[in-house]
Amino acid sequence: MSTSKPDFIVVLKKDCPTCVLVEPVIAELDAAGRSLQVWSQDDPGFPATVSNVGDDRDLQHSWQLNIETVPTVIRMEDNTELERTVGWDRAEWLRIFDVDELAPDLPAFRPGCGSKSVEPGMPEKLALKYGDIKLQSRRIEIGGMEDPVESCYERGWSDGLPVVPPTEIRVVRMLAGTTREPDEVLGLVPPDLQSCTIEKVAINAVMAGCKPEYLPVVIAAVEASLIDEFCMHGLLATTWFSGPMVIVNGPIAKSIGMNSGGNALGQGNRANATIGRALQLVIRNVGGGKPGGVDRSTLGNPGKYTFCFAEDEDNSCWESLAEQRGFSDQQSTVTLFAADGVQGFADQKSREPESLCRSLASSLLSVGHRKFAMLSDAFVILVPEHQRIFADANWSKQQVLDRLTELTTRHGSELLGGVDGIAEGMPDFVKDMELSKFKPGGLNIVRAGGTAGLFSAIVGGWLASGDFGSSPVSKEIVL
Amino acid sequence: MTEIFLDPTAELNPTAKPLLPRLSSLEGKTIGLLDIAKPRGDVFLDRIEALFSERGVNVKRYKKPTMTRVAPVAVKQQLALECDAVIEALAD
Repeated sequence: MSTSKPDFIVVLKKDCPTCVLVEPVIAELDAAGRSLQVWSQDDPGFPATVSNVGDDRDLQHSWQLNIETVPTVIRMEDNTELERTVGWDRAEWLRIFDVDELAPDLPAFRPGCGSKSVEPGMPEKLALKYGDIKLQSRRIEIGGMEDPVESCYERGWSDGLPVVPPTEIRVVRMLAGTTREPDEVLGLVPPDLQSCTIEKVAINAVMAGCKPEYLPVVIAAVEASLIDEFCMHGLLATTWFSGPMVIVNGPIAKSIGMNSGGNALGQGNRANATIGRALQLVIRNVGGGKPGGVDRSTLGNPGKYTFCFAEDEDNSCWESLAEQRGFSDQQSTVTLFAADGVQGFADQKSREPESLCRSLASSLLSVGHRKFAMLSDAFVILVPEHQRIFADANWSKQQVLDRLTELTTRHGSELLGGVDGIAEGMPDFVKDMELSKFKPGGLNIVRAGGTAGLFSAIVGGWLASGDFGSSPVSKEIVL
Repeated sequence: MTEIFLDPTAELNPTAKPLLPRLSSLEGKTIGLLDIAKPRGDVFLDRIEALFSERGVNVKRYKKPTMTRVAPVAVKQQLALECDAVIEALAD
């Protein structure tokens, strides 16, 4: 085949009736001495009547020429494209080839067929092979006799559940979920303080089972976990239960189908399940944080597999968590909290805010230890039926938080070690103080859950909160 | 056919699994002798056992049901639990 600069490039495949239909047209142009380069996607012997047919079964030229439909005719000048037409449209072909007549017996128009280079999964393969995607991670060759999932387990990459094997193709597809460059460094992940790139996040997101459109949320969650105030290193290392809980706010939650309703904290929603898991896998694999290693948790909690949900912002009578933290309702955000598991809170009788606050305050006191104050932070995940009681009485979120602070404030003398025959308690220096259960700002409320059920959740946090340990952190999700 | 994975880790560790640390001494250790069920493996292992016993080393004998398959999980677990090192006899 000729490598000189052709005036026209034609890309086609035999398995396309329109390509077969136009074969005599191309043969006629070829015979007339037009400078043609034909690329055949499936059969280098097709069209047999044309002289300069190149074998493009590997689809390199189709990909580089960005072919979506066959036949495509491209008019070239010095290797630069001037114009193109797809399918068979006699008027277009007449114009492009600058002739007065072409195949008068053929119909005037026939649409083309899909190019083999855009078949499902193919663009990523071709981008890897011929494109400028540069992935820097070490390639690990898995033997043909090895089970891919088992080999991930053997290499220690799993949290205990099966992971999706991080093949190059899957990682390339995942990276399509963000506009950020794969080699952008997000920061140093504890405990090993290893630099974490977008590429490493994408690999772990693949393993967690994420879809590409979840990747921006995972990236934001990783970024948030690296904010100093969150104290990810200590959170990982503590003997306490906590791990990162991820709350998603803003439009992206609906776009990617997150669950903020019934069973929002439970199983069954892919986005909820895999985003939280991806964050944990980044900590495990990039940071090297593993149970028995730097993770010294005495019991842990099931949320350390994954703990992620969206706030239900529909029909809420209050500003969302993100708005409360300074974002607009059009921004999508993640907020991370160093969370223990879920403590159920039942109140099916209260119909007034005061009763519900008293009820809730009484349960909140048990976070960490009933005698503890100013240690753990907590989130109340308020269900719609409970929130309605406040809405009906026009109580703002701040009013509720203020009342809960008052109702959980106790005299230090009640909390000392030894009081009530319990050795555990607060140190003696608090004996004359009035202590609220939570530090200022240490109690938060978000709305989630199904429409039926007067059962909200209390999620207590790490005993080391605030400056001493971890504070909730938020990060905007950048698409 | 092989598959290529991208390393999800910070790549601090080699891709190949390192060997367990070797024993510096046999004193007080238990050595497992694993017969893979190939002919005359027992002859070799009997001799090894005799040599260890002369030197006062604890020896335990194990056998795979067949040389054609990897050791059953139960055997591998038993070896891991009961032995400090294992000598596996290839034979014929």
